[in-house]
Amino acid sequence: MLGDYSLGDLGAIFAMQGFAGLILFSVYVLMALGLAIIFGQMGVINMAHGEFMILGAYVTYFCSEFFQAQLPSLFPAYFFVAMALAFVASGALGMLVEWTLIKRLYKRPLDTLLATWGLSLILQQTYRSVFGPREVGVVLPDWLLGSLPVTDVIEVPINGVFVMCLTTLITVTVALLMYKSRWGQQVRAVVQNRVMAGAVGIDTEKVDRLTFGLGCGIAGVAGSAFTMIGSTGPTSGQLYIVDTFLIVVFGGATSLLGTIASAFSISQTQSTLEFFLSGSMAKVITLLTVVAILMLRPQGLFTLKVRR
Amino acid sequence: MSRDDKTGFHSPLRRKLLMGMAAAPFAGMMPKTAFAQTPATAAVNTTGLAVTDTEVTVGILHSATGTMAISETGSIQAEKLAIAQINEMGGVLGRKIKFIQEDGASDWPTFAEKAKKLLVQDKVAAIMGCWTSASRKAVLPVIEQYNGMLYYPTFYEGLEQSKNVIYTGQEATQQILESINWVVKEKGAKTFYFIGSDYIWPRTSNKIARKHIENHLTGTKVVGEEYFPLGHTQFNSVINKLKLTKPDVIFTDVVGGSNVAFYKQLKAAGINLEKQTLITISVTEDEIDGIGGDNIAGAYSCMKYFQSLDNPNNKEFVAAFKKMWGEKTVIGDVTQAAYLGPWIWKMTVEKAGSFDVDKIAVASEGIEFTKAPEGYVKVHANHHLWSKTRIGLAQKDGQFKVVYESPELIEPNPFPKGYQ
Repeated sequence: MLGDYSLGDLGAIFAMQGFAGLILFSVYVLMALGLAIIFGQMGVINMAHGEFMILGAYVTYFCSEFFQAQLPSLFPAYFFVAMALAFVASGALGMLVEWTLIKRLYKRPLDTLLATWGLSLILQQTYRSVFGPREVGVVLPDWLLGSLPVTDVIEVPINGVFVMCLTTLITVTVALLMYKSRWGQQVRAVVQNRVMAGAVGIDTEKVDRLTFGLGCGIAGVAGSAFTMIGSTGPTSGQLYIVDTFLIVVFGGATSLLGTIASAFSISQTQSTLEFFLSGSMAKVITLLTVVAILMLRPQGLFTLKVRR
Repeated sequence: MSRDDKTGFHSPLRRKLLMGMAAAPFAGMMPKTAFAQTPATAAVNTTGLAVTDTEVTVGILHSATGTMAISETGSIQAEKLAIAQINEMGGVLGRKIKFIQEDGASDWPTFAEKAKKLLVQDKVAAIMGCWTSASRKAVLPVIEQYNGMLYYPTFYEGLEQSKNVIYTGQEATQQILESINWVVKEKGAKTFYFIGSDYIWPRTSNKIARKHIENHLTGTKVVGEEYFPLGHTQFNSVINKLKLTKPDVIFTDVVGGSNVAFYKQLKAAGINLEKQTLITISVTEDEIDGIGGDNIAGAYSCMKYFQSLDNPNNKEFVAAFKKMWGEKTVIGDVTQAAYLGPWIWKMTVEKAGSFDVDKIAVASEGIEFTKAPEGYVKVHANHHLWSKTRIGLAQKDGQFKVVYESPELIEPNPFPKGYQ
């Protein structure tokens, strides 16, 4: 396995694989963060998470088209506008969905699974009818393409670095919001005891709506960022949903730190195994490991200690 | 989804006119007698198919919804265009073609169910349909049991032959062997790295490619073979492996959303396809729409048809297609193969002088379609097509520049000896 490579090669392998793992880690965190907020804080199983991501991707596509046609001079910067709009669009749709659908189901959390699954089908068909069944190609500004050569073997993809920075930024923001702000306090209070939180004067409906909107908005940003590395089509969201749930469940649903730890362990295992085995085998072994650990620790890696 | 959704602002009248104009160039190709005679229904239909004195019904069975809608939309469009053109010319044996469209919904049991509905309830004379091998495998027993006729457009792995199916796409040996010979000869390639999605078509195709490289060519070898689950979106690890192994040729058959992710990440990782030879058997103009021309420019694709083919048949076909479905639509290999289906069926019916499936199955051998957009094709006794193989170089604008064309028609060989 390692015998075919020289010592210099091995150094390069570790450097490149380490970096590949870090990129995968950032991608996973970005994917899972929105779901972790919704699932972890509200107990809603949002099967339409992927479709909220793809809405962000479509917004990015239309931004790129618009800037190319109308404002070519600002094209290099369009990606930031697109991400902001993606956040707003997915967040707004999220709040609408919460208001019309989810809020009627807080007492029946398992039914949210069915309802949001239906929602995901509806959204997919809507995208297909409105934007067409074919995949669209998002044109990226030049500065996001290509790679930074470190040595002649080691090259660092620029979009990977971009995703890493973006993930760090969003994670830190979310952590601050959740654990340092007044709103975060209210969210956590509602999670722990909805009736009591209402009794002390917290507008639980508003908190729920904003939390759901925030989760969906982050999904939109993730979808926008993933136009750099993946496809944009009506059903592309399905590509991410399994991995996303895996990370959130494995990390322990109620803990943000757990999500990060789980994304890290899964991405590193996956990317290392992929190098030494074939892609399909790597996936099988990763999944088996996760299943084995969840059998021993059904609550996931990290859990908040709360009295139930 | 109805036809009007796709065409946007075209009014029905205008579209009809355009379609008529589009079909006009084809009007000269058939013998004049085809217009004059309308043989009695009892004579041309002895098995109770949906044939009346003025109409014949066929089925279109593709996924208009679900994951596969991305790919199958083109096939549906091509089949509807062919049917419209045939009707403009007077139809088949004096009867207009009416189609019933069913949605396979990217779900294989649904395909089988809908095929049964088309055959048993609607009594269609033929079905144009299926795309993935999985859907075809699901439909095959139904078609054989109820003795229907299926025209299947996709290039596929071979190892199948049926009295009740005409395969208008290429089987694996037609597509692969020529491309490997070409890359060895033109690029002096010695080492190959295979990357594919993990299901039957890439695995069978790569097996054929590997046998050819190892047993039929000298001094060439396969240095890596990798498969990824369908829908896989992260290729950084395998790209690192490519950088270390430095193969002369990357040979890929990745499909669906993974395809887009693979090329985007390859480009981001600094692999320049102008310098690194990459040859794919799974990218047509349809896929480039999603991948983006910038990300794949410089790669070679091996297909029997490219939209840019420079011949009069193709120019007419492309113009007609764009008039019917919009200026921005692109036409890939399978779309063209789907277009052949209704035409070959029409010619077979006219040769047999009957809509009966048993007679069509026998009459199919030797049917020649001289006006095919890909050029001349002919139906082989094994119900596959004799066709040429071409290699296209992907351009930034999403089209291919044809750099090679096999000098002769390649014989279809769905059960290749020594390649299994």
